[in-house]
Amino acid sequence: MSASFTKSTARNIFYGGSVFFFLLFLGLTLDTTMALPSHNAKAKLTDAAVRGKKIWETRNCGGCHTLLGEGAYFAPELGNVYVRRGPDFIKGWMKAMPTNVPGRRQMPQFHLNDGELDDVVAFLKYTSEINTNNWPPNIQG
Amino acid sequence: MSNASAAALAAEQARAPAQIKYRSQAVAKPYFMAAIGLFIGQILFGLIIGLQYVKGDFLFPAISFSTARMVHTNLLIVWLLFGFMGAGYFLIPEECERELYSPKLAIITFWVFLVAGALTIVGYLGLPYNVLAHLTGNDLLPTMGRGYLEQPLITKVGIVLVALSFLFNLSMTLLSGRKTSISIVMLLGLWGLAIFFLFSFVNPNNLVLDKYFWWWVVHLWVEGVWELIMGAMLAFVLVKVTGVDREIIEKWLYLIIAMTLITGIIGTGHHYFWIGTPAYWQVWGSIFSALEPVPFFMMTMFAFNMVKRRRREHPNQAATLWALGTGVMSFLGAGVWGFLGTLSVVNYYTHGTQLTASHGHMAFYGAYAMVVLTMISYTMPLLRGREANSPQAQKVEKLAFWVMTLSIVGITLFLTAAGATQVWLQRMSSTPLSFMETQDHIMPLYWARLVCGLGFFSGLMLYLISFFVTGKREA
Repeated sequence: MSASFTKSTARNIFYGGSVFFFLLFLGLTLDTTMALPSHNAKAKLTDAAVRGKKIWETRNCGGCHTLLGEGAYFAPELGNVYVRRGPDFIKGWMKAMPTNVPGRRQMPQFHLNDGELDDVVAFLKYTSEINTNNWPPNIQG
Repeated sequence: MSNASAAALAAEQARAPAQIKYRSQAVAKPYFMAAIGLFIGQILFGLIIGLQYVKGDFLFPAISFSTARMVHTNLLIVWLLFGFMGAGYFLIPEECERELYSPKLAIITFWVFLVAGALTIVGYLGLPYNVLAHLTGNDLLPTMGRGYLEQPLITKVGIVLVALSFLFNLSMTLLSGRKTSISIVMLLGLWGLAIFFLFSFVNPNNLVLDKYFWWWVVHLWVEGVWELIMGAMLAFVLVKVTGVDREIIEKWLYLIIAMTLITGIIGTGHHYFWIGTPAYWQVWGSIFSALEPVPFFMMTMFAFNMVKRRRREHPNQAATLWALGTGVMSFLGAGVWGFLGTLSVVNYYTHGTQLTASHGHMAFYGAYAMVVLTMISYTMPLLRGREANSPQAQKVEKLAFWVMTLSIVGITLFLTAAGATQVWLQRMSSTPLSFMETQDHIMPLYWARLVCGLGFFSGLMLYLISFFVTGKREA
């Protein structure tokens, strides 16, 4: 590197660049939060969905499944499972766990009552209505 | 510093009895030992989940996949944090040319962190996750159950307190000592780490906002402030092992971290394509994350350039090898494999597949595991009273380097193939298969990944053995 390009030039690029791009990021964040209500107008965050989200978190569902593509990659994507399978299948599936098929990946039995199962379904319905810019590419998730 | 005085200093370093310069640097040793112990635990749980990929009911229901994976990823974070802290306690006194503000506080913090970490893992393994959540106050402030941030509320609060004590100790040391660019960048990175961790307490009911701010910890850590810590550690070791003028090394350091934050902050946008945020993130995220390999490429150039221009032959060749390895593997893992899936048109198909996992494995190993091992490799002999380990011990350590590194390359390549198969069968085919049918087709690749995982574990055992190889001391 040439002699005119000194350490303090490099330092100034670091401080100036970081501050500039962090402020830009804050601006984009503000715009995103303001755009969200209309962007996701279809997705209704009901009380049941909020309770369902908490069940999702406290059973560590994201430890095996992805949700909108984030989580673990061991079990199917569930962002669109409400569309793919429907509410009755989801509840029936969770009640039937584990399958105990030898060698097959196993899902734990969480002993959720009917109200809690409805909450989980409400959360997955809410998730399926989020405007994800058409992701996933097909119904298989 | 002039070239002459740098050379004189290097010569003096070579003559001096090999030992640490400041007694309080010794507090780094337990941190590094704990880091290595937790690293071994991380890989054992990695093997468990690797086996569960092929034998789905292995250890079920005693240790379900979600539990084992949580232990695997949490141990990764914790051992790297122990490594960063050990590095901070070693590096800051030496750069500041004074003893640590409070060695006693550093040791107390160590035990608090270790016991809290161990109790958390015991909680994960011994209790159903919802029971653990209930017992630890998750109802007061729900923060659990989100990837990498699964820790109970009390553990999260504990992490903040440990971080504050650590940062207080280092900042007080820096304030009253010499201020070098390396120590300032290290502390900026560590403060950033602590500040962005505060977003782990943010968990909006709105899933989109939850995911949005979750990345403020996860992305702004690994593709932001952690790179400052990484750059500072690499620069520190390169100053020591090459004897190249500090001005040159620090100029590189500032340029690298400038590019890191210039590309990486808006680069967060590559996580905002499909989680319910406005579509303009596809443009912002694609452009800036396409530039994210640049700082990693510079990191590679930096390491090789400095070693090429070295003014001394440091007896610790293993540390030099780790430093070069960090440069190459972080560029491949974080740079190249990161780029593979980062453009929105590609990411539309690869998002949430094994391709993500392949990138994650090589990036974490190449950037963060390797840089901590670089730091340990350079400092541990000093902490044990010698400038470098015996040639025999270094030979074992270098072998461990190659076995671990080639194994992670194998894991990455097999997971890449797994991801490509998954994308093809499940998302691009005219008759797409379901997730589980697709997984059945990928089984041979998961077996191959498991074999590489066993290879990695044997490399790690060799690494551990290298600490106990005595051999003949160099004159």
